[in-house]
Amino acid sequence: MGNGTHLGKVRGLGSSGHGSHHWLQQRLTALANILLVGFLFVSLVRLPLGDHAAVLRWASNPTVALALILMVVSVFWHLRLGLTVLIEDYVHGEATRLLSLVLLNFYAIGGAAYGIFAIVRIVLAPAAGLAPGGM
Amino acid sequence: MAGNEPSARPRSPHLQVYKWTPAMAVSILHRASGDGLAIVGACMFLWWLGALAAGPDAYAAFLACVWHDPSPEVGIVHQITNIVGKVVLVGLTWAFFQHLFSGLRHFVLDTGAGYELKTNKLWSIAVITAGVLATAATWLYIMAGAL
Repeated sequence: MGNGTHLGKVRGLGSSGHGSHHWLQQRLTALANILLVGFLFVSLVRLPLGDHAAVLRWASNPTVALALILMVVSVFWHLRLGLTVLIEDYVHGEATRLLSLVLLNFYAIGGAAYGIFAIVRIVLAPAAGLAPGGM
Repeated sequence: MAGNEPSARPRSPHLQVYKWTPAMAVSILHRASGDGLAIVGACMFLWWLGALAAGPDAYAAFLACVWHDPSPEVGIVHQITNIVGKVVLVGLTWAFFQHLFSGLRHFVLDTGAGYELKTNKLWSIAVITAGVLATAATWLYIMAGAL
């Protein structure tokens, strides 16, 4: 990452000061998405989606629930990175851009929290002695 | 705005002066499909997941809106949303495959391979074709199961 020479510093960090951080996170979450969204896709195609009880049984399986939580984290992380670049490219004017980035962060963090909470509800409702939806 | 004043200086050529190539198409489709998945796809997933967690009634309401309303006299709103829902789901399937295949292409490009003009063109066309074919295959599989 550069041992002090100006060229070394530029090569390591670039003008933004945080070098390859964004790029690397995008690739790592992309890799995770291939596995996790691939799992969701195959499951959705194979599940009897019209049958609430059957889908609920599938989602409350601990392994499935864990995979779904990991998927929500990876997907919302990845989409936050992607939409950040979109805003940086197309939204001009400092105030509008800042507002867009703030709204994007609300969407990404709020959406991920909503998704994880829904999965926790599905898994823990029977343990709490509640019918589905009663939590 | 300083940038909007007419100037005698030559202007940078923009998109419309270039000949449209497969690599350009696959690049903008990567962004378009990614943004579609990020906004429409993620919201549809959360809506489905929230309805699943909220219980059988909420789940039935979700299905009646997005896929099929089983009531004998379907209201005009659900008649429309049942069609829009299917169009959106097919669109999301295509966006998923397009973004997946295009993303795999990016992993290859990240290694420094595949930049030769012919190779780049070949894989760009392959990505777009595979995205459409995989979408068609998925929905044929779903329709075959439904019949």
